[in-house]
Amino acid sequence: MNRLKQAVDYLGVSRTVVIGFLLVLILSVFPLGINPGMIYSDCLVRIGMNGFLVLAMMISIVCGAGLNFGLPIGILCGLFGGSIAVQFNWSGLAGFWGACLVSVPFAIAAGWLYALLLNNVKGSEMTVGNYMAFSIVSLMSIAWLVLPYSNPKIVWPITGVGLRTTMTLEENYDKVLDNFLKIDFRAMGILQDNPYWKDFSLSTGLLLVFAAGCLLMWLFMKTRAGVIMRCSGVNPGFSRTLGVNNNRVRTIGIIASTVIAAIGINIYSQSYGFYQFYSAPLMMAFPAMAAILIGGATPRKAGVFNVVLGVILFQSLLTLATPVANAVINAGSISEVVRIIVQNGIILYALTKIRANGGK
Amino acid sequence: MDNKFILEMNHIEKDFFGNQVLKDVSIKVKPGEIVALIGENGAGKSTIMNILFGMPAIHQTGGFKGEVIINGEKVDIKSPIEAMKHGIGMVHQEFMLIDGYDVAENVKLNRENLKKTPLSLIFGKRLNLVDQASMHKDARTTLDSLGIDLGEQTRVGSLPVGYKQFVEIARELDKQNTRLIVLDEPTAVLTESEAETFLSCVRSVAEKGIAFIFISHKLDEVKNNSHHVFVLRDGEMVGDYHTKELNTIRMSELMVGRKVEILNRQMEDEDPSHQEICLELEHFGVSMPGEIARDITLQVKKGEIFGIGGLAGHGKISIANGIMGLYPSRGQVKINGKIMDVTRTDDTLDAGVAFVSEDRRGSGLMLDESIELNIAIAALKTKNRFVIKRLGIPFYDKKGAIKYAEKMIQELDIRCTGHSQPVRSLSGGNQQKVCIARALTLDPDILFVSEPTRGIDIGAKKMILDSLMKLNKEKGVTVIITSSELAELRSVCNRIAIVTEGRIAGILSSTDEDYKFGMLMSGAKYEEPGAAQGGDRPQDAAAAQGGDWPQDAAAAQGGDWPQDAAAAQEGGRPQNTAAAQEGGRPQNTAAAQGGGQSGDVAPARETERTVKE
Repeated sequence: MNRLKQAVDYLGVSRTVVIGFLLVLILSVFPLGINPGMIYSDCLVRIGMNGFLVLAMMISIVCGAGLNFGLPIGILCGLFGGSIAVQFNWSGLAGFWGACLVSVPFAIAAGWLYALLLNNVKGSEMTVGNYMAFSIVSLMSIAWLVLPYSNPKIVWPITGVGLRTTMTLEENYDKVLDNFLKIDFRAMGILQDNPYWKDFSLSTGLLLVFAAGCLLMWLFMKTRAGVIMRCSGVNPGFSRTLGVNNNRVRTIGIIASTVIAAIGINIYSQSYGFYQFYSAPLMMAFPAMAAILIGGATPRKAGVFNVVLGVILFQSLLTLATPVANAVINAGSISEVVRIIVQNGIILYALTKIRANGGK
Repeated sequence: MDNKFILEMNHIEKDFFGNQVLKDVSIKVKPGEIVALIGENGAGKSTIMNILFGMPAIHQTGGFKGEVIINGEKVDIKSPIEAMKHGIGMVHQEFMLIDGYDVAENVKLNRENLKKTPLSLIFGKRLNLVDQASMHKDARTTLDSLGIDLGEQTRVGSLPVGYKQFVEIARELDKQNTRLIVLDEPTAVLTESEAETFLSCVRSVAEKGIAFIFISHKLDEVKNNSHHVFVLRDGEMVGDYHTKELNTIRMSELMVGRKVEILNRQMEDEDPSHQEICLELEHFGVSMPGEIARDITLQVKKGEIFGIGGLAGHGKISIANGIMGLYPSRGQVKINGKIMDVTRTDDTLDAGVAFVSEDRRGSGLMLDESIELNIAIAALKTKNRFVIKRLGIPFYDKKGAIKYAEKMIQELDIRCTGHSQPVRSLSGGNQQKVCIARALTLDPDILFVSEPTRGIDIGAKKMILDSLMKLNKEKGVTVIITSSELAELRSVCNRIAIVTEGRIAGILSSTDEDYKFGMLMSGAKYEEPGAAQGGDRPQDAAAAQGGDWPQDAAAAQGGDWPQDAAAAQEGGRPQNTAAAQEGGRPQNTAAAQGGGQSGDVAPARETERTVKE
């Protein structure tokens, strides 16, 4: 009982409620006749897909720039790298990492410029970042049209100019990470006589990459530079008295956030199977934000624990809520409506928690 | 017999989850009496007040034992609003005022005088009009009865801190049924002269039959102003005395429960080896809002404890902040003979300067982080201490830091549950100790400590000053203490510089007579040219000491400052408040007379020399 109380104190009441709700959803799958193996696998995939974007959110909070509403800037850099990879028909694991690698220099440059902007608008990073992202997404929409892409697979079929809105990765690196060391019960013939678990699969590679990202971030937070960055983010006035150059720390943090977002979108897309251009990156920051806030972060303080807990809670809720709602209220296209309500509801909930009670 | 007391709290006991915080405490207050409640932090003073006000925190934790009797009637106060109905008012330590409203509106807050209108007759009293004229008249009457010359139409936001306190008390008095007012450390944020004016106002109100419960750490004030003293220690009533029977030393003994030695530093003879100068400021100016330093020139010798004193708002605080590069500055700073670029905080820290900020809860600590990190972080940044290399990457050596933090927790007697406790939950004194521990970790040659004992109880105060002295003696660290409490500076410092209006008014030895300090603080050195010009000022400057000085001295004080400078110094507040901050002088004198003379610094310097000699 005491340990339980400790755990609740540590997590905060609202987070405990969210966890409780998630447990209800997880268990309700069985009586509702939804295939648990399949839906749980989906949850895990979604966690792996989104994990990096949430990590990008974290480093931006840690360095003192608050929630990174400018996440789409990094995402656009990642898409640009990806489009180059597809243009030249890179494929397989090497192709995927190549795409990431190509994205990085662009992300560094964009992150640096973005940091210059944010350092001049201290205190309103979130608003400015939001509109900055909106503008850049529109600007890049023009770029997608005019850049000299020539691979017929990715340009508009009739005119032959400009990228298509979605670009399939089937012949490139569709699910390369998901399939890396994948444990697939059906293919491997495990538990095939069990109706609940026969469709379960574990996207080992994807989760390994996320775990590695978390581990690296965790290690970074333990280094001298990480501790100083945290200090600068938590109390910039204090770190100034220590002779910390807050602007420099923020610049580094924002560049890191942009780079991680660029890699994150590549991971996301390879699992999704498509790159999506034009207005698709517009809203990509919000689920990541909701996840880290639900994980217990505040706009001043965040840790790897918040990232992991948040992404698990948010993505599982999102994945589970739709089919469960569908099964409970049996009405045609309710699922899409429910998905929107759930996702935005969670974001709204998380954002209202920003100031109150230090995020608990 | 019962009716003799306006308030009786009998045999109050309270525990929080089995942790007894009040044991059989009884308090009795007569009408018109000023009763002081003193005790160290955590002695239970605020718990008693919370019980009196029926704060929800008390009821949520299981109520209390004992009885509260108001005017002979046993009452059960369940909320602050009920307390108000019983005629108990509170003047808060943090002001509950609305800056954008004028004085009268704040005094009448939520009790506005209303006028009926045709609309309100139909739609009810929510549509009544606020009767500004009668409100201002009422407020005027109340302010007059307090004897303060404060315009009822002044916006509260533009008032100096001292005057806001008056508005708070006026608000309580304006409630017709108020019979008892609780003052929770009313003078903590006031300068000495402001406090004196405030307390004389309290005394005059008490003479009209209103009782006060006065909570304070400043024993001199308690001694001079209260009729009766209750002393709490660890939740027990250890003293119930008429103030006459006690002196301040006895009071502090009762509070702390052990003999308080009066700190007194052994003054070493002027040793030539001590003449080496380690810090030199030349025409140093810092633009820190509200605390502007204009032209500071001073030299600090190696190995001394140097005090910087002066009234609030005169720029003493900004010196250390300027040297640490936290605010823009001009002029020259030499550390150990080397000219420093103070905007580069890194270099200053590398030169062996450490800083304990006066803004403890702001830029002084990371409140939500652990004690261990708060102590280790400075050395981690500047000295590369607590760094452990793994694969060539510098990691934070948490284990080493914990070990060190535990050592410091013991050495400085930081009361905490362990090294991982967040500093937010520590008491003020212990937070300050964490700040000092951090500064010590840098092994500084020069240590700046700003307001080291602000808001800290006596026991911790002594501990902190002791540890600063020990540091100075054993490690030869030059300590520069900035403090508003002159007595404290005089008990530990070798020399004390008094900063007035952003300049060094003079540097005195701590053994110099009281009146010299008073003179410098009140800007007396600037009186010389004023005297030369006007000649109408009484030569007896000692009169200026208590802040309670003849009006024409005020003229001299505002004397050689052009009007706008006086205004600018107070961070853009109206001119008259700059003068008002000196406490209770009629607003118009400085404004009216300050403009009469023009800025004239050169003669002032001459007098500085005369003061030194």
